[in-house]
Amino acid sequence: MNSSTNTTNTTSSQALPELPRWRTLRRFAGNRLALIGALIIGLLIVLALAAPLLAHYDPIFDQDYGNLLAGPSAEHWLGTDDLGRDIYTRMLFGSRISLQAALISVGLAFSLGVPIGIVSGYYRGAVDAIVMRVVDALQAFPSLILALALAAALGGGFYNAMVAVGIGFTSSFVRLARGQAMTIRNLDYVMAARSIGAGHLRIMWRYILPNSLAPLVIQATFAMGTAIIAEAGLSYLGLGAKPEDPSWGSMLHIAQGYLNTTPMLAMWPGLAIFLVVLGFNLLGDGIREVFDPKLSR
Amino acid sequence: MLEIDNLKIEFLSHGRRVAPVDGVSFSLGRDETVGLLGESGCGKSVTALSILRLFPMASQARLSGSIRFDGRDLLQAEDEALRGIRGKEIAMIFQEPMTSLNPLHRIGEQLAEMLRIHTGLARPEIDARVLAMLERVGLARAAQLVDEYPHSLSGGMRQRVMIAMALLCKPKLLICDEPTTALDVTIQAQILDLMRDLKREQQTSILLITHDLGVVAEMCERVVVMYAGQVVEQSSVEDLFDRPAHPYTHALMRARPALDATPGAPLNAIPGSVPPPGTVKSGCRFAARCARAQDICRQEMPPLEDLGDGHHVRCWYPH
Amino acid sequence: MPKLLKRLLLSLPTLLLVSMVVFSLLAVLPGDPVAAILGMEATPEAAAALRLKLGLDDPLLVQYGRWLWAVLHGDLGRSFIDNTPVADALWQRLPVTIELAIGSFLVAVIIAVPAGILSAARPRGWANAIGTLIALFGMSVPHFWLGMLFIILFAVKLGWLPASGFVPLSVDWHANLIAMIMPMVVTGLRESAILMRMVRSSLLEVLNEDYIRTAFSKGLRDWQVVLGHALRNAMIPVLTASGLMVSGMLGGLVITESIFGIPGMGKMIVDAIFQRDYVTVQAGVLAATVMVVIVNLGVDLLYSVIDPRISR
Repeated sequence: MNSSTNTTNTTSSQALPELPRWRTLRRFAGNRLALIGALIIGLLIVLALAAPLLAHYDPIFDQDYGNLLAGPSAEHWLGTDDLGRDIYTRMLFGSRISLQAALISVGLAFSLGVPIGIVSGYYRGAVDAIVMRVVDALQAFPSLILALALAAALGGGFYNAMVAVGIGFTSSFVRLARGQAMTIRNLDYVMAARSIGAGHLRIMWRYILPNSLAPLVIQATFAMGTAIIAEAGLSYLGLGAKPEDPSWGSMLHIAQGYLNTTPMLAMWPGLAIFLVVLGFNLLGDGIREVFDPKLSR
Repeated sequence: MLEIDNLKIEFLSHGRRVAPVDGVSFSLGRDETVGLLGESGCGKSVTALSILRLFPMASQARLSGSIRFDGRDLLQAEDEALRGIRGKEIAMIFQEPMTSLNPLHRIGEQLAEMLRIHTGLARPEIDARVLAMLERVGLARAAQLVDEYPHSLSGGMRQRVMIAMALLCKPKLLICDEPTTALDVTIQAQILDLMRDLKREQQTSILLITHDLGVVAEMCERVVVMYAGQVVEQSSVEDLFDRPAHPYTHALMRARPALDATPGAPLNAIPGSVPPPGTVKSGCRFAARCARAQDICRQEMPPLEDLGDGHHVRCWYPH
Repeated sequence: MPKLLKRLLLSLPTLLLVSMVVFSLLAVLPGDPVAAILGMEATPEAAAALRLKLGLDDPLLVQYGRWLWAVLHGDLGRSFIDNTPVADALWQRLPVTIELAIGSFLVAVIIAVPAGILSAARPRGWANAIGTLIALFGMSVPHFWLGMLFIILFAVKLGWLPASGFVPLSVDWHANLIAMIMPMVVTGLRESAILMRMVRSSLLEVLNEDYIRTAFSKGLRDWQVVLGHALRNAMIPVLTASGLMVSGMLGGLVITESIFGIPGMGKMIVDAIFQRDYVTVQAGVLAATVMVVIVNLGVDLLYSVIDPRISR
């Protein structure tokens, strides 16, 4: 009955303890990591594009015979390898190879796998059954072994190796796209589109594809990291790029022979691979956080 | 025995602080059955969970006020002390019997666990008590049931199991969060009967959270009505039905379809909906939906007032 | 038992398809097997005779049938290099890879499960932050580079472990372990990163379930709830995902074996590719894939044993 002041409606923090600082920090850090990832990838792209401008020598042919396996110096910022080639230059050109590796293999897998997956998930029935059986069989192959065998079958070399890796990735894109198609085709707006007479192709192109992009893009981002490791692995074995090409994997191949004497040879290319893959993984995590925070806790 | 005083609970929801419980006070005596009545979203479940501090790990709840049980403030109690109370002195049964039992553990095991935690009894004695309790709650093939998994039981059976589990250690207080909401009406009646019998036998106090007036009428001696995080009325169950004082309670009573109503006549629904926590900045939280609201209702929050006979109401113009 | 049979039968079409893919790989591979066996100086008559003997001019389907028949009888062909039965070589090298795989898996589990549990139980603690970061790093590191780093550190600089040199388990288990420990740890570390994330997210989901709340309401301690109630339920999705992990692990082992000079199946395949010994390549790929299918089958069966909700 008396006028009491209205303290109960405001969530005053006098009686309650402060918000812990960790929570806001962590939220910020989550986004900050994604930012770092984006920065790394951006740097990769810039380096790859500007390699000829930033390089000091030719990565393959400039061989400084007087300076084999040298340490860092003014002429050779990161030293030289066993044939006197400038490591810094080779690292720069290596970024081109890695970027190409990621784009070719994932591009192939995406453009092959997504349409197959969407068609399979949309139409279901016999088509779907066959596709799933084939995908199951393909997924049984340990990915690197499949890439190895395919690379050997296609005859080695960088581009063949990347096609092999791409084919290996295809099955996971098919699976993902199919799952998305199966879910989306039952949603209300697709039913609505069908009821006004939209054809199957139109529905798949304008409704299913755009709405399934988010997880597919996330998958593609992670796949790029894996592709770079795969390319490096194949080149390391000698099945991808040729040893004289400045692929980071080939550089590791050369370094393997000098582990006793010049362990530093192994440091730079490996570090570069690690950082780039880390970048892709961070980016992928970050994108996932944006689109589906529930998934990435 | 249980005294809740000015309980405020705050959660962090998407970076914002919300207070689903904002200054709740009531008490519960020995051997009493008190109902906590309200619509979904009024904060009754949260209040109940706060007694045993059973919030999900990620919720980051901030509590203030006090919850006194047998004299000790549970809010200030150490985790260890609280663990000793859970199951032994205060037990709880939940709304969803389908998901409240661990699907990978056998029924007998889940019940035995309760006794293993709080008593030092030997295995044969534990097994015997489990069997006895299962039979007591009306589960016929108790001996076989002990070895089965939850997924082979029906909802009603599972709720009986939950009740059995809760009462194994003969707690002083049983908190029931909408125990019959997920069950069929016929099963509901059976479960309520069971609870009444057991309560009489063990002389347990019951805090019954519900939105169902029928359940309140059958089971409770006193009722606490909550709205938008606050207590708006408290009374004996008879007073609640005969002389509801708060406009909200009054409207709830009127909203029930009467058996002798003319078919086709419109139902007396309450216009509007419950305001989410934090949206009503000043005045009575029911004002927007209240037929009797005046200016003062929109400007100032009414205090909880004693109408005599244990009947309290939070309103400037009670009935 | 009928369930077991049914599962086995379901994996047959997969195995069949796998065999078809493997066979067509060989059919597509460059290089004439005849030239590989007989060498460059082979006379046309000898070449033709060999072609007839190997049945290389028959339709592909017939060749496939013949090959499949042989495989099912244990005949995996003869190596192009020394004409020894590939099956013998495989028999020798398979156990080595299996030992490596099991060891790596154990390492991964020992690291990942406790880390995942700690991480999920204290989602805002520093353990979680560090664990997540380490898992992220572990996933990004190329394992062959990690292997090289290990060699540099432990073999070259510290001299504790040999860089290569393998002794079979049956001959000297002590020396065998010393040789295997680095590749096991390297592979295990990478797998543990992936596994830890899975354990953590699965456990986090389980901890939000109603029955966990019931467990707490009974008065159980935190660790009792996590270990006794949450863990078993959380392991189910992790188990199915581990089956997939094995596939990735076997692929990684290929390179790891080459780095450390472990004479397992992976190294056999790689060496065979360079020697153009495609029969061996084919056998190795087939063996690896069949192993993956079997492991996944096992996981499926285990799954139905652990979860009583799945009807027997």
